[in-house]
Amino acid sequence: MKVPVDLHIHSCLSPCANDDMTPGNIAGMAALAGIRILAVTDHNCALNLPACEIAAQALGLQLLPGLEVTTREEAHCLCYFTTVENALNFGERIEAALGDAMNLPRLFGNQYVMNAADIITASVPKLLIQSTKLTLDELDSLARAHGGLLVPAHINRGSNGLLQCLGFLPDSPRFAALEVSPTAPAPLCDLRGHHILNSSDAHRLDAILEPAQYLELAEATTAALFDLMERWYRQR
Amino acid sequence: MPITLETLHSELNLKLLTPESDLSREVTAGYCCDLLSWALAHGGTGGVAWVTVQTHMNVVAVATLLDMACVILPDNIDPEPDALQKANDESIAIFKAEQNAYALCGQMWAMGIGQANRS
Ligand SMILES: [Zn+2]
Ligand SMILES: [Zn+2]
Repeated sequence: MKVPVDLHIHSCLSPCANDDMTPGNIAGMAALAGIRILAVTDHNCALNLPACEIAAQALGLQLLPGLEVTTREEAHCLCYFTTVENALNFGERIEAALGDAMNLPRLFGNQYVMNAADIITASVPKLLIQSTKLTLDELDSLARAHGGLLVPAHINRGSNGLLQCLGFLPDSPRFAALEVSPTAPAPLCDLRGHHILNSSDAHRLDAILEPAQYLELAEATTAALFDLMERWYRQR
Repeated sequence: MPITLETLHSELNLKLLTPESDLSREVTAGYCCDLLSWALAHGGTGGVAWVTVQTHMNVVAVATLLDMACVILPDNIDPEPDALQKANDESIAIFKAEQNAYALCGQMWAMGIGQANRS
């Protein structure tokens, strides 16, 4: 079956996302848009995934747990996991690898952790859009150790896209797929043999208006989607 | 005599992209880096002129946080529109230059502008 998905959405935990990107609002918008599987991928932090999973399941949607990690080269790389628990454990390691700058909400925005009732339960003090100390290869090892898969985000975008940061597509690590942004100029590299994901990278609710992509899956579950991405990974 | 943004503006032949900026601000040091997190950690504080090819809005946030005097974009590149808006809001001067980053830094060094204090 063709399953409507959007695999790159930011919650109010990301400083650059709007404060109304609450777990309940994201799930509600995704349901209205006809999306069956969504990935919430905040910058360098997994702490809103538990609430997002509950909010998604309450509306019959499936959550693919993820983070968008900033590598030492300042490339944005999506890391997807099979369970929220794995993502949270991985997130603890990412927090330790993050730089020391603290967030100034006036300049960068709020970093709210919420529960499934959309109530703020904490604010993350460290600035989440600074880079980690991890190289791309180190990030890959860490994600693999938690059963995760890497997809470099918006590779064709000027800021924080892999091609701009490194100048080329590296031979290692192995990526499950490449995310190509539909709003940026086409990537200047050979995409043959790569699986391509298109996602909204939504930072505002009105960016979740329709499915970003349809994927051929046995069933509309996170497990089936992760299986597909594992197959992509092994093909590389 | 202190070196001001006005001095940089004329000596380096820069184009000012934030017309409301106060060009009497003193420039105390120079810095050059394109990794925002690196600049955040090592860019020094107060009165720094920062040369970077990054054009994202977060350049302005980092410059504001470090109380920099200005951002200089080399190679005639333009900032993203929301970066320019934020620079106006935060009173951070943004210039663009025909020269590349190496030439800009060389010229600033020759004017007597040294490296930023390690923060
Ligand atoms: Zn990104
Ligand atoms: Zn993103």
